[in-house]
Amino acid sequence: MNTDPVWILGITMTKFGKHAGKDVVDLASEAARAALKDAGVSMRDIGVLAAGNLMGSGGIGQQIQKQIGQTGIPVYNVSNACATGATALRTAIMAVKAGEVDYGLAVGVEKLSGAGLLGGGGKAKTQGASWEPSGRFGAVAPTDGRIGTDAMPGTFAQIGMEYGHKYGGATFELFARISEKNHSHSTLNPLAAYSKAMSLEQIMGDVMIAYPNTRPMCSANCDGAAAAVVVSDAKLKTLSLEQQRRAIKVSASVLTSDPWQESCQVLPDVNTLTKNAAKIAYEAAGIGPDDLDLVELHDCFATAELVHYDNLGLCEEGGAVDFFNSGATWRTGKTPVNVSGGLESKGHPIAATGIANIWEVCHHLRGEAGQRQIEGAKVGLAHVIGLGSACGIHVLEKSGL
Amino acid sequence: MRGHYIGGMANQVPLVDYLVLGDAPHLQAHECVNCGARYFDRRNACASCFEDVFKTVSVATEGELTTFTIVTFAAPGVPVPFVSGVVDCDGTSVRTNVINVEASPEHVSLGMKVRLATYSIGTDENGTEAIGFGYEPISAN
Repeated sequence: MNTDPVWILGITMTKFGKHAGKDVVDLASEAARAALKDAGVSMRDIGVLAAGNLMGSGGIGQQIQKQIGQTGIPVYNVSNACATGATALRTAIMAVKAGEVDYGLAVGVEKLSGAGLLGGGGKAKTQGASWEPSGRFGAVAPTDGRIGTDAMPGTFAQIGMEYGHKYGGATFELFARISEKNHSHSTLNPLAAYSKAMSLEQIMGDVMIAYPNTRPMCSANCDGAAAAVVVSDAKLKTLSLEQQRRAIKVSASVLTSDPWQESCQVLPDVNTLTKNAAKIAYEAAGIGPDDLDLVELHDCFATAELVHYDNLGLCEEGGAVDFFNSGATWRTGKTPVNVSGGLESKGHPIAATGIANIWEVCHHLRGEAGQRQIEGAKVGLAHVIGLGSACGIHVLEKSGL
Repeated sequence: MRGHYIGGMANQVPLVDYLVLGDAPHLQAHECVNCGARYFDRRNACASCFEDVFKTVSVATEGELTTFTIVTFAAPGVPVPFVSGVVDCDGTSVRTNVINVEASPEHVSLGMKVRLATYSIGTDENGTEAIGFGYEPISAN
């Protein structure tokens, strides 16, 4: 097997927010062309395209090609819930790693502004005039709200509360403080959908969605796209010094699904597959959590961020509450987490998220993050979770040139 | 149409097929004969050990609430607030609503002891009553 590293040569994200005048193809094409420009290559160079648009009608990759260049290369349209972007990137990385191509392009895009509640939401829950069993549980009436909740805010609330039950200390205020941190971080990010600081009182006093998650503790539905160009180690060595200097090494690219666990049959287990992915990633990269200068993790809800401190090994097992309370995850702390503002304020255009979080890390490793730069950042980690489940982890390192 | 008469009362059907009605309502699961993993829906093979022989087992009707949320904003048509949670019933995790309790953080707590309870969801145009389940607090005394 080819053990040479794969590099991110170009990467970009669009502004996250409302893009009323643009459709998903416009947004994806904007990101893709910007990534190509950042890489200093053209569609003629690209050997494979992997693209994701979770809520769309399919075939986003070919639609992008028609806007930016149809060269007949293989296209992989990928779908892996909130890990779709990371899956697209990993698909391109695997093609390079396999030696099939020198360059790959990965794109993730979503339009979610005004989408409302995800999971159980979208359409009204109706029941027929007579009780007729349907589905895998033979349900005679809708079960969302009768047998627990299908919607994401409550699902992830339970994931955070489960951690609290196991280890203690996970109060409403603790979760709100995590959200306060991310909203504070977002004030330095001009590409975030929301970049306003929020006080603890504002967060706790806002509309309750699913206790303990109030509205600002939930990821923000918005529009956006992100794209990345990856290149083989051999090809990179033939490029300009400037391209080599800005290239970011993919020290680990990992995708896991959840292994069987008793309780994951009734409540998604986002923990085991993240722990597994982190272990594989640290081994592949030859680093440990203490080496990380920054982490972008999947804070789809404030309750989720807490458990991933533990899952990613940023703290001792069971120590996530103390770890957060120590100030470690603020941008001034030992392990800054979600300095972009995270999904709670930067926004969560689903399929774009898994590349946008890598862009954020690369931005710092390149020393190009402006006012929110984490000084001297050399190594970072990006993590996403798609329910079902899929976990993507990428460990990234600056070139050292 | 499933359903059966209980003591001459109206024809009843359970909300889901793993709820068993009658004098002692309880949940049932498909248990893998090889490894003991339990599932509420049908499985082609066991997700844990890949064997494909299952037996039907009764799930304990009392347990401990291991997590919960109070949903105050839900999809159209879903009445709020309600308490959603997971109950550890003697080693089997059950997804459920917590019922017969005020839906507020002051009245629901992690680790609280709960037991299965059933309730009427309504009667359809054929006069059949659907019965749902939830778990209710077992009071201190």
